[in-house]
Order: sequence, then C-alpha cells, then structure tokens
Amino acid sequence: MNIHEYQAKELFKKYNVPTPRGHIAFSPDEAVKAAQELGGSIWVVKAQIHAGGRGLGGGVKLARSTQEVHDLAKEILGMQLVTHQTGPEGKLVQKVYIEEGADIKKEYYLGLLLDRALEMPIMMASTEGGMAIEDVAHNTPEKIIKVSIDPLTGFQSFHGRKLAFGLGLPTEEIGAFIKFASALYKVYMDHDAEMIEINPLVKTGDGKFLALDAKMGFDNNALYRQNQVNEMRDLSEEEPTEIEADKYGLSYIKLDGNVGCMVNGAGLAMGTMDTINYEGGKPANFLDVGGSASAETVAKGFDIILKDPNVKAIFVNIFGGIVRCDRVANGIIEATKITNVNVPVIVRLDGTNAIEAAEILNNAGIANIIAATDLADGARKAVAAAKGE
Amino acid sequence: MSILVNKESKVIVQGFTGKEGSFHAEQCMAYGTQIVGGVTPGKGGQVHLGQPVFNTVAEAVAATGATVSMIFVPPAFVSDAVMEAADAGISLAVIITEGAPVKDMMFAKAYAVKKDMLTIGPNCPGIITADECKIGIMPGFIFKKGNIGLISKSGTLTYESANQVVKEGFGITTAVGIGGDPIIGLSYKQLLPLFEADPETHAIVMIGEIGGDLEIQAAAYIKEHITKPVVAFIAGQTAPAGKRMGHAGAIISGSAGTAQEKMEALEAAGVTVVVSPADIGKAIAKVMATL
Repeated sequence: MNIHEYQAKELFKKYNVPTPRGHIAFSPDEAVKAAQELGGSIWVVKAQIHAGGRGLGGGVKLARSTQEVHDLAKEILGMQLVTHQTGPEGKLVQKVYIEEGADIKKEYYLGLLLDRALEMPIMMASTEGGMAIEDVAHNTPEKIIKVSIDPLTGFQSFHGRKLAFGLGLPTEEIGAFIKFASALYKVYMDHDAEMIEINPLVKTGDGKFLALDAKMGFDNNALYRQNQVNEMRDLSEEEPTEIEADKYGLSYIKLDGNVGCMVNGAGLAMGTMDTINYEGGKPANFLDVGGSASAETVAKGFDIILKDPNVKAIFVNIFGGIVRCDRVANGIIEATKITNVNVPVIVRLDGTNAIEAAEILNNAGIANIIAATDLADGARKAVAAAKGE
Repeated sequence: MSILVNKESKVIVQGFTGKEGSFHAEQCMAYGTQIVGGVTPGKGGQVHLGQPVFNTVAEAVAATGATVSMIFVPPAFVSDAVMEAADAGISLAVIITEGAPVKDMMFAKAYAVKKDMLTIGPNCPGIITADECKIGIMPGFIFKKGNIGLISKSGTLTYESANQVVKEGFGITTAVGIGGDPIIGLSYKQLLPLFEADPETHAIVMIGEIGGDLEIQAAAYIKEHITKPVVAFIAGQTAPAGKRMGHAGAIISGSAGTAQEKMEALEAAGVTVVVSPADIGKAIAKVMATL
C-alpha cells in the first residue's frame, strides 16, 4: 500500500524528520488560504497522486503570489496527470499540497528499502538528487552509496558517517545528516514500511537538511497493526476492480489482453498467463481464486473478469489438491447459474477427483463450457476461442 | 535417500489444535509422517489426534525428541513461533502460514540462523519426501517416488510440475516449496547442493518467479557446482512491472527481477529453461534420456 507525499510528511514530522511546512487543499480557495497561513512570498503547488515523476508531468509548480497559487491550483486540480508511472491515461488529481518555498543549495537522494538478498534494510544516498534513482543506478552506479542496517542493532552513527562522507558533505554538516537519517530509519521500522524515498533531499542555504519530497510504501501483511497508516489509505488511487476482488479474497490484476484467466495459486496463475502468451494469445488478467474455489468465489471471479469488455474467452485452470476437482466443477456450474457468462469458458481441472469432475462438466450440458485435458490444451483452446475460431 | 526429511523424521505441529493445523496434521499422519505431538499454549496435557499437546516447544522436544516443527499459527504470531522453535533446539521449521509481516520474518530468520535452525517458508506448501514424509499442505498422492528433486516458490506450480513429471513416467525424491515472500528460509542455493549430494536424485526441477534475485544466485551456483541436469521455469514473463502478482515477493522493481533476466542467467548456466510451464515434464523426459 502507498500513501501520498503530504501523508508521508505527516509521519516524518512526528519523528522530527525535517520537511518544509505545508497544507493540503481540495480547491483553489483552500489553496490560497493555505498559502496565506504559511506566509512568505513563494509557494509550491504539488499535485497529490500515487505516482512518481509528478514534476515532469506538470503537476508541481512554483507560485510567487497568492493569485498565482489560486491559478495553479485551479489548473492542476482535476487534471489527468500523466507521468512515467501512471500509464498513458494518467491519474486524476483531486488534491494539491501547498508548501512553503525552500532555499535550495544542493539536492540529494535518500532512500530506504529491504534488500532481499541481505535480508535487512538498506539505506541509499546519492548526490544525483532529483533524478530517477533507477537511471542513476544504471548509468552511474558509483554515485549511489549504500549501507545495510542489521535490524538487530538498528541504525548506528557509522552508517550515517559512511553515507555522509560518501556524499562529500563537509564535516560540520555530518551531525545534522546523521540525525536526519537515523530518524528516517525509525519512521521506516516503526511503520512496517516497504520503502521510503526522498527525492530530492535538499540542503538549504543555512546548512539544514529538508525532505522536499516523500514517498512511502508499506508491507500489506503488517497493515493489521498500523492503524495510522491504514487511515491514510486513499481508495480513489487504487483500481476499483482490484479493491472489489480483494473484498472476496481474490487477487486480481487487470492486463490488456483478451483471454480471461481464473486460477488457484499465484504461481500457477502467472504460469497460466505465460502459457497463453506462449500459445499465441494475450492474457486479460491475473486472478488467483485462492484455495477454496467455491461456487461463490468462482461466480465473483467471472463477474470481475467480465467487467473488462476485451475478454473474449475465459480459461479456468484449477489444480485441485486439498480442494477436490468435483467440488470445483460443481462450483463452476453453480457459478454459471448465479452470474451470466456470455463467453466461452475453457475448464481444465486436474488433481484430486479430476475424472469425476470431467464427467460432471460433460453431463451438465452447458453449451459454452469446453473441457480441457491439461495446461497446454486448455491454453490452446482458450486462445482459439478468443480469436473466434 | 532424500533431502532434509524422511520416514524417521519426528515432527511436532505448532498451532496443532487450530482448524488448519488439525486438518493438515491429520493429512500428514495419513501420509505416514511421524507427527509425535503438538504445541498450543494453554492446552498442554491434552491429547489431540492421538498425540500429546504441550504448552511450549521446549517441553514437546524434551518429551518426544522431535527435530522438525510444522508451523500453522496465525500470521501475527509466526515470528514468535519460529523463535520459540529455534530456542528449543528444533533443527528444521516448516512455516506454512501466509501473510506474516516482512519485518517479523527479518528478525525471526536472523534468530533462526543464529540458532542453527533451518527454515522453509513462510507462505509455502511445505516439504515432501515421496512415500515417506509429508510436512505441509500438498496433496500427497501426486508425488510418486522417483529420481527428480523439485524446488519451487509456488504451491500449485509445484503440484503441476510433479504431476507432469509423473505423467512422463518419472517420480520425485523430495519436493520443497520455498515460498514466495520477500524473506524466506532455505532457497535454491542451499537446496541445490543437497540434491547434488543425494544419490537418488538424478535431475532437478526448479520453479522460480519474478521478483528478487534468488534465481540469479542459483544460476551462478549451478554453473560452478551442480553437475546434475536442471530444468527451470520462471513464472511471470507476462507480468507488468511494479505490480505485486499475488505473492508478496512477486514484483518487478524498476527493471530488476524480471523473468527474462532470470531465464537468461539460468540458460547461461547450462539449465534447460522452458518458456511454457506445460513443457516441464517433457523437458525432464528429455534430460533423463541423456543420462
């Protein structure tokens, strides 16, 4: 789960990670009020969406008068902001963050994430602030300094020194940097964060460090104990069909092909997409129905898959283990009674009681259900059906 | 022969009396696994499925001589259960539970390593040595005895692969579901040498997926140390970047962790990489014919 920049900064403030002052606004008038409250003579109007690259997309702009704050807020609010992370359709901007201007002397990058190979968090810093860190890693990897932090000992001053000296900071600024980095590590650990990215981290004219931007993502498995983070969830930033699927214990991700897939298990679900691709088709979605594959979840799965008008055929691929195939077969038949399935459904059931399951499907006499014998056969039949063959 | 577990393995179940723990413990016993007891704090002294229940893992180990624990406790209690097992001298913990927080596993894994306890999972189907011992939730009947070792991040793809191997007339020595979380216990790199050393294992099937770089590490290891043929499939060739594909760890970050880079690394290491998971069985038949 991700949160907005202004929400991440709220968490930062609680841990004394310095950020510029700012207020959230939902209308141009609120934006002006926010600017007046902040005072000063220069403000930044920042679109709040869950995607990076907002500045390049025209979602972050500088204002030198409250009138300009008003005009920019009006321009940005309601726009479909397109960045390299949103896809070509962009994302609707529903709120803007009005922030005081900062006296920027130098920009850096600072990030924290889990290093899966080391099995501990790593903090990364770079002098190439404001650039996409993936590009820096690709073009000039020597400009990224990394420290791994053993969770059993936590963040130590030496971690901070290694980063600070690596960035070439003068000795008198190192103390402030260590304090900043140490507080950030605490934000990360205390909230079960998956990643924090500050790009840019800026040094101001008076030698202070400020998080000018803030991006945070969280471990979904830990949300049950992160009430504050949960309250920050913005459902309007997420795919509506994915949220609905989640309610029924289904894991769904929309793709751009025309062969719908319903599979038990995440690995087999990906493998099924790959098989469809291998057989010359394009998968319309990832869908893991989980362990039970009951009539109700299968029916819900059909509903969700068929919300996508591109879907021309559905491949149901269930490997029955603990869940018996005959029960799944009955579930599929029930599901076609609960919901209207108007495309060919190719069903491959293998594993426990697969033979009984095939009989049940054949005897049901449902015209648009086509039985398949194995994974390749099912994928081939589904691809052919989607092509109208 | 086999790896890690066999018919002599004495197994306890943490979360023994819960719904999932009970159901699967019973299935494991029916398969032939020596389930010698279980742990449910507060229910010590009771008898469940004909076996003693203990309040602590230490008591269970002392009374039964168990060396393996199968963990079914709810996600919030997984790290506690793993650390308790490690503290009690268990040598292998098989963690079935799905949904444990990553931070918890980071601490639990570090502690297990410190206590020399091996772990499998979390979020995995477990481990099975065909016809001897099943510690997990997989349907046992698919795993006919044979000479193929199997390592997989995914549960149902493990079943799919084993099924294909059996349909081609071969069978399984041991199959290990290592789990698809960002932090897991035993990985390819630790399991490959065990299969290499096992005389009954003649070839290895390795199922990976997008996210992380365990498969890349495995490729480097295979190139240097593995002489037995390896057949691999990487799930998620058609997965979009930045989206979590069901498993917590199955995510392409930026341009890292793609199926393509993993397939290339494995191919360069001499592994037979199949593009379609429907071809795993056929690929095994092909490599076995050359032995």
